[in-house]
Amino acid sequence: MKRVYVNEKWCLGCHLCEYNCAFANSGETDMAKALRGKVIHPRLHIEGQGEIHYAVSCRHCTDPLCVKSCISGALSIQDGTVKIDHDKCVGCLTCVLVCPYGAVAPGPDGAATKCELCLENACGAPACAAGCPNNAIVYEEREEASA
Amino acid sequence: MKRYVIVGGGIAGIHCIEGIRSADRSGSITLISAEADSNYGRPLISYYLEGATDEEKMSYRGSDFYERNGVTALHGVTAEKLDPTAKTLTLSDGQVLPYDALCVAAGSGPFVPPFAGLDTVPQEKKFTFMTLSDARGLMQAVTPESRVLIIGGGLIGLKCAEGLYAHTKHLTVCDLAPHVLSSILQPESAEIVEQHLKAKGIRLMLGDSAKEFQGTKALMNSGETVEFDLLVLAIGVRPNTGLIKDAGGDVNRGIVTDASMATTIPCVYAAGDCVESKNIITGGQGILAILPNAAMQGRTAGINMAGGEAVFDGGIPMNSMGLMGVHLMTAGSYYEESNGGQVYMEASEGSYKKLFTKDGYLTGFILMGDLHRAGIYTALIRERRPLDSIDFETVKKDPSLLPFGAEYRRQTLGGVV
Amino acid sequence: MPGINYFYPEFEVVRNDARCIRCQVCARQCANEVHSYDPERDLMLSDESKCVNCQRCVSLCPTRALKIVKSDCRLRENANWEGDTIREVYKQALSGGVLLSSMGNPKNYPVYWDKILINASQVTNPSIDPLREPMETRVFLGKKPEKLERDENGNLKCELTPQLELSMPVMFSAMSYGSISYNAHESLARASKELGIYYNTGEGGLHEDFYVYGPNTIVQVASGRFGVHRDYMEAGAAVEIKMGQGAKPGIGGHLPGTKVGPDVSRTRMIPEGSDAISPAPHHDIYSIEDLRQLVYSIKEATGHKKPVIVKVAAVHNIAAIASGIARSGADIIAIDGFRGGTGAAPTRIRDSVGIPIELALAAVDQRLRDEGIRGNVSLVVGGSIRSSADVVKAIALGADACYIATAALLALGCHLCRTCQTGNCNWGIATQKPELVKRLNPDLGYKRLVNLMTAWNHEIKELMGGMGINSIEALRGNRLMLRGVGLTDAELRILGISHAGE
Repeated sequence: MKRVYVNEKWCLGCHLCEYNCAFANSGETDMAKALRGKVIHPRLHIEGQGEIHYAVSCRHCTDPLCVKSCISGALSIQDGTVKIDHDKCVGCLTCVLVCPYGAVAPGPDGAATKCELCLENACGAPACAAGCPNNAIVYEEREEASA
Repeated sequence: MKRYVIVGGGIAGIHCIEGIRSADRSGSITLISAEADSNYGRPLISYYLEGATDEEKMSYRGSDFYERNGVTALHGVTAEKLDPTAKTLTLSDGQVLPYDALCVAAGSGPFVPPFAGLDTVPQEKKFTFMTLSDARGLMQAVTPESRVLIIGGGLIGLKCAEGLYAHTKHLTVCDLAPHVLSSILQPESAEIVEQHLKAKGIRLMLGDSAKEFQGTKALMNSGETVEFDLLVLAIGVRPNTGLIKDAGGDVNRGIVTDASMATTIPCVYAAGDCVESKNIITGGQGILAILPNAAMQGRTAGINMAGGEAVFDGGIPMNSMGLMGVHLMTAGSYYEESNGGQVYMEASEGSYKKLFTKDGYLTGFILMGDLHRAGIYTALIRERRPLDSIDFETVKKDPSLLPFGAEYRRQTLGGVV
Repeated sequence: MPGINYFYPEFEVVRNDARCIRCQVCARQCANEVHSYDPERDLMLSDESKCVNCQRCVSLCPTRALKIVKSDCRLRENANWEGDTIREVYKQALSGGVLLSSMGNPKNYPVYWDKILINASQVTNPSIDPLREPMETRVFLGKKPEKLERDENGNLKCELTPQLELSMPVMFSAMSYGSISYNAHESLARASKELGIYYNTGEGGLHEDFYVYGPNTIVQVASGRFGVHRDYMEAGAAVEIKMGQGAKPGIGGHLPGTKVGPDVSRTRMIPEGSDAISPAPHHDIYSIEDLRQLVYSIKEATGHKKPVIVKVAAVHNIAAIASGIARSGADIIAIDGFRGGTGAAPTRIRDSVGIPIELALAAVDQRLRDEGIRGNVSLVVGGSIRSSADVVKAIALGADACYIATAALLALGCHLCRTCQTGNCNWGIATQKPELVKRLNPDLGYKRLVNLMTAWNHEIKELMGGMGINSIEALRGNRLMLRGVGLTDAELRILGISHAGE
């Protein structure tokens, strides 16, 4: 399946992906309206230091610890995508406790929040990859062997 | 066609079904649940009590789960007797179920010590807090005026208090231990929680417990008398191991299994809160009664029952819980200078972090407030990653993938994991 | 120097606050540190005095909240003393130094390409549809035989001197590793390979990573001889002797030590951090005879397997110079017009020295034909070839192929801010700073170059088809296909074309 992959060699640390993510999941059609004056809660984040930068988002693991650890069944795998049902989530954050990549985060409403590949928002495909100015984030198929 | 029987409809049982179905689509599966309900995450009952979720949302895998997976679910019956020779299971209603592979995922039940006069407390005012039905009962019984005494300041007791807080502010929690959450916190961190609970108006009676009950009065060890309208007994749990023990299987504190989750009885597996498994940090066997382990053990058992190959290579104790606005996460074992470990600590207003290391490994942590990327610490513990292989100085201050090096990131962020 | 700052910022940063989401991408991406965020007031601030109008922030602003405009703070208007002229006086009064600038001559000299129009067939000699019929844009560069020769059995004698085969009549011209980044070089190299054309190392040597692109590489030998060694010569498909450059005829080059990092140092074979100074002349070339010696030395050194190019700037006596080069043994003459770009040049030289490539090309082609030596050499012209139409006009004026560089850099993201000399290129092109270099991902860069060239090639075919020509070779020097508009008799005479309507 297609996933979001990151090549830190090309990541500029511009943080555009975070804003594109927040906008894509805002439900708004105007970015300024969606994000201006607000604290954003992107589903991926840029880490780094000095000249090293990279984006971290859900890896959509083949055998995800978060799904197995979810106490409410809010997290599930659907066609390979690890999804979260915000209605079911009670905000225990066990998923945050177990994700080895730090890719699941406490969301603004207390529930956990994570990348769902923009498959169900207006973008239809990850906004982070589409908006990455330097191809540091890509959305593509990769072989398991390359891991 | 293989016949599978699963005892217990909790998380281990559900994952056992999924494990079986990942390898065998056609075998028959029968699930026995002593409870009237199954297929829900047990820790949700406090959220249910609080009103943060409802029965529909609590359904762990959706209401059509059994149907989708071809499972015959029998509720309200218990497994009475396991006959390993005949490979049958006798139920409380007299039914005898033959099995080719069986999984005991019977969980645990409340541990209630023999309090003097407990029988004088009216039945409708006396609760344990283990099941959805317990939560329903409490919800019906509680009014805004109810004075509630909770015996036990552990996870169950305090989560119950949180749930009740939505209904009544008259809450008293007592515990024999000098601090709350004594199984997962240390005095210093427990005090932060205690301050928080007290600020909410919850009365804590620590180092104290009921000596005797007289109707709706509890006479405490301290000499004080606490009057209550509702009593919740949340002292502890006891694994349900009887079925295996009676059938001649090995049981220590919990049911003994190997890494495939097989018990010492042929064709019988066990998973969840009733089993012992390996603690990755200490290497010892013990009960790791947390939901993620139940899920993994259940799935492992299921796959192996269906002829596949899977192992559960151990777990670590860990917890993430919100408690009336303060959120805390704990994991692993706490080694300090006194027991051969080292401690890194940061504390500031609203945030607390304590990391425990021993012999070059991270062994445990206590976090409150800022919980971002806590899983990076958990993975360090679970994977037993030598700390000298990463830049631990950086990661201990700020958990990120930076200290793991570019190659690790290339593999994890640039590959399928 | 103490005293009053006479300079009002040339540009103004206009920020639409209703759109600005404080993402700070502008601040993070401006190497000139124009933008900054003030958390106390929750405001984005701008220091326009540092802005070079490279448009990086404009391009990356996700809400299009930004634009850069020319400041309307003006000195009193004066048709003679224009604002820029006055500012340059101020600058020199402050610095006491030579003014430096980069990229091509921006002054308002005539662009002859824009005064030349291309013919199309009507009724007779019907036009050709390139979508239906084969069109040949392949060219071979090198010395051509004067006549066909056959052996005793009547078979054609096919032995030619070494040729460069191009899938289309365009190549990427010389830009050194040092003046442009590793990633820019990689983009050019990969694009050349995919397109079946050539790029040119400039005087910067060939980075060890790019030897694999050798079959699509022209290696340059210039007055500083930087990075020239046996493997380098053998790696390239052709060797170019650089005598001059359109942006700065008559002077050498200067790569400041700050741009000579470990990789550039190794590639150029000079100490890290040292200035790389290319002398104005080749100290061993003072005559055509001397040039001939170098041409043949190179041919000897490379086993007569590679064509040798001699590159010169278009200057007043270019026709005579080219005639000399055509007799020196060179296989290809590259002529660089006065609008050619550069990573750094003295402003006065860039803006005042040399002649337009259109006139130089026409004069050279005519002169070589008149002397009967046109077939000795192929002609490649550069110095602001901006489009496929310019290419077609150049071919019709007599060129075999064109060199492009500025257009290639534009494809890579260059916004022609003309401050390459600062080394702070926000687009990762004209810089050696690792954090800026990484902004140009060659995976994207090479593709844009391939796209540009592919598009041009389509257009070249369309224009050829319109003229009823199906082979680019048949267009070369076919000046009947061109007409001038608004040109003087002298210009028309030099260009060798008739006025439109004639």
